[in-house]
Amino acid sequence: MTPDISPLALFVASIFTSNILLANFLGMCSFISISKDLSSSNGLGLAVTVVLTITSAINWLVLHYVLIPLDLVYLRFIVFIIVIAAVVQILEMIIDRISPSLYMALGIFLPLITVNCAILGVALFIEIRGYSLLQSVVYGLGSGLGWWLAIMLLAAIRKKIERAPVPAGLKGPGITLITIGFMAMAFIGFSGMVAVQ
Amino acid sequence: MAATPRRILAENTWTNNPIFIQILGICSTLAVTNNLTNTLIMTLGVTFVTGFSSLTVSLLKTLIPHRVRMITQTLIISFYVIIVDILLKAYLPEIHKSLGPYVGLIITNCIIMGRAEAFAQSNPPLLSLWDGLTSGLGYMWVLMLIALIRELLGFGTLFNIRVLPEGFEPWTIMVMAPSAFFILAMVLWAAKTLMNKEAA
Repeated sequence: MTPDISPLALFVASIFTSNILLANFLGMCSFISISKDLSSSNGLGLAVTVVLTITSAINWLVLHYVLIPLDLVYLRFIVFIIVIAAVVQILEMIIDRISPSLYMALGIFLPLITVNCAILGVALFIEIRGYSLLQSVVYGLGSGLGWWLAIMLLAAIRKKIERAPVPAGLKGPGITLITIGFMAMAFIGFSGMVAVQ
Repeated sequence: MAATPRRILAENTWTNNPIFIQILGICSTLAVTNNLTNTLIMTLGVTFVTGFSSLTVSLLKTLIPHRVRMITQTLIISFYVIIVDILLKAYLPEIHKSLGPYVGLIITNCIIMGRAEAFAQSNPPLLSLWDGLTSGLGYMWVLMLIALIRELLGFGTLFNIRVLPEGFEPWTIMVMAPSAFFILAMVLWAAKTLMNKEAA
């Protein structure tokens, strides 16, 4: 029951039309709290992309070679979240060894990723839509890039809003949400190109 | 400043409402707010999980080593979310289907982990249960309000029952993603303005 979507179309769709954040609302918490600052946004975007790509593949393998044969699919939430936590932990150790400067830069963001709902969300979308392994990896990578793009754009816009006269009650999260709403509208504008459902 | 049940209720539903003050946990539930029925089921699920995982974390707080408390809390939360998932699949299969992956995403709802960390970790079990339930309640009424506006204008219905006359032209944007952001921002704006007035 693998859907018949070419990986390239899926890749484009997951970045623009079905952006994991703007269309599916996933990863909002860290999106709103981190996007005040451009370089932090960049770090978090990179980390999310890497973790998403790796966990998409591992979670697909675990689902198809362990959970389904053993008839334990109802345990998938726990298993997926453990896989995500483990990948983040291992990645943290590897990066610390290879590049201490990158480790310092990503420092606080890596653990945050475990509870970023975009990661678990992508794993669950992959399961529900029945993607193949290749489709899963492409979808994971595309979703990560889409999230990264969205947070960079928002961080850039928020820099400008800081100096704008905004009503007191709308300051901070309020105006940020309205900005995200406009971004979502713009991204949905691409939906004539490719659609995934 | 002792934490009395009454004060916890007031704080969690208004002055320290998880959505207004911390903008927490809006991810998975914004997606389902274009329909009141789905929102009600989803927020009931969140309230159940927040309440009972706070209770469990509080009961186990002396047994959980500090270093592994995050992963333990995540596992406790996953346990209750699996219960919600199985119950929904068994009794409300239609709603379970239309909620899709968002039931599972209750696990990563930051409110739940937030209450476990900020309250249950250092308070007695029953008070923690109450704190979790009222946090869920504070979350529920805001999202129900958003769903009310979106479903009414987007479909002309409430709980899938037509309330607006046939001639009403549905506002398609209300069903789509951007309106969730706009309406939440408006609700936030109104609440903040009211709170600023109360404080002044």
